Amino acid sequence: MFGVDWSYLLILPIVLGALVAALVLVWWERRVLGWFQDRLGPNRVGWFGVLQALADVIKLVTKDDWVPPFGDRILFILAPVIVAGAMLMSFVVVPLDAHLIIADTNIALLWFLAMSSLAVYGVLLAGLASNNKYALLGGLRSAAQMVTYEVFMGLSLLGVVMLSGSFSLKDVVEAQEEMWFCIPQFVGLVIFVIAGLAETHRLPFDLPEAEHELTAGFHTEYSGMKFGLIMAGEYLALILVSCLIVVLFFGGWLGPGFLPGFVWFGIKVVLVINFFILLRAAIPRPRYDQLMSLGWKILLPLSLLNILVSGAVVLWMAS
Amino acid sequence: MGYWLFWIAGGIAILSAFAAITRMNASHALIYLVITLLSIAVIFFLLGAPFAAALEIVIYAGAIVVLFLFVVMMLNLGRRAVERERQWLLPGIWVIPAIMAGALFIVLGIALSGSEHEAVIEGTMVGPKEVGRSLLGPYILGVELAAVLLLAALVGAFHLGRRYIEERREK
Repeated sequence: MFGVDWSYLLILPIVLGALVAALVLVWWERRVLGWFQDRLGPNRVGWFGVLQALADVIKLVTKDDWVPPFGDRILFILAPVIVAGAMLMSFVVVPLDAHLIIADTNIALLWFLAMSSLAVYGVLLAGLASNNKYALLGGLRSAAQMVTYEVFMGLSLLGVVMLSGSFSLKDVVEAQEEMWFCIPQFVGLVIFVIAGLAETHRLPFDLPEAEHELTAGFHTEYSGMKFGLIMAGEYLALILVSCLIVVLFFGGWLGPGFLPGFVWFGIKVVLVINFFILLRAAIPRPRYDQLMSLGWKILLPLSLLNILVSGAVVLWMAS
Repeated sequence: MGYWLFWIAGGIAILSAFAAITRMNASHALIYLVITLLSIAVIFFLLGAPFAAALEIVIYAGAIVVLFLFVVMMLNLGRRAVERERQWLLPGIWVIPAIMAGALFIVLGIALSGSEHEAVIEGTMVGPKEVGRSLLGPYILGVELAAVLLLAALVGAFHLGRRYIEERREK
């Protein structure tokens, strides 16, 4: 378990790659949203505006990094670190290719769920430490939302675990040689996508930071690079959820042999990310009570039913 | 290497548990509690129980303490609450719990050192499958009893919540 092997060398490229991808994604999302909404989007800096991301970073780093004197200093500084750190930790178990994986453990899926449940602390503490009513309301909302959707995010994955017989993401991908799990586990996929949206609090479900109700929700008081870290955490979460959707439901690195596995993985992840951006452009935000009742009254029973049916089919096929 | 990691994780667990009970600020105390839980998860992992470690983080750190923190936020405890806590937690209060915990510690030490059949932790891997098998095998009664308890809690919570909603509707 503790032997030094070459997979440790992957840590740095994956961390850097994820951060750069998050940075580029900020620009890409604005560009694609502009296209969906029939306007230009950022297109001035560099080729098609790619360097806009770099310009944003320079702006964030050089901005005044203000800590509210009325808040809780330690927790205020800790919160963005948790948001970004928990997401980066999850990338440890994501298999980019059959051998491109930092840690192939038999609890990989649980590790992802554990890290995403720790990410709640970042948001909660940001809301609490800011000592600002909008931040507090945003923090409360997001805590309730994330805890709720975590429940059936885990439950929706049990069908996949049953079909592959393992929590290890490598085994999950290898079990999809014949058929991607998006077909037998379509219900699980839909529930996971919705739960993933709620976990990353992206636009249809971004009630914790709904700008016209709560200014910016839990990160109202944040500025400079601390705000940058929170934003990086949110985009990392989007990339992470997309990676997991690809790994769990769309066969990970599997694909026709003329391209290497990690290229297929990358193509699929980009497609899923674009789907999330399309959802952002297409769907209006629900009310908070609608979000919660959708979770508890529809998605929870549906995911339980999915587990029951999947289990019955697996047993029936085995006998 | 695992040996050293155990001592580090154990030391952090004890220090942060101590901090969790002595902090005046409720939210700081909860964060120390989370650190304790995380280091206990590390110890579980080192003992060869990765499944228990993951569940420790998902359930205790990720769900239960989040709810505690949620309540702390709802109560909106400020600096005044910290002051009040300071008035309540006088040094004299610690005497009796310290004596009781100390006695327990001594008993534990005697039990661990003097027992004839020494409890050795072999460090065999206990994966998710083994946990599932034993939960639905020899420990099925415990699982069923826990299910009944949770159902009772669910019905109770529903009853309380419904009364509150109906009262509001009548107004």
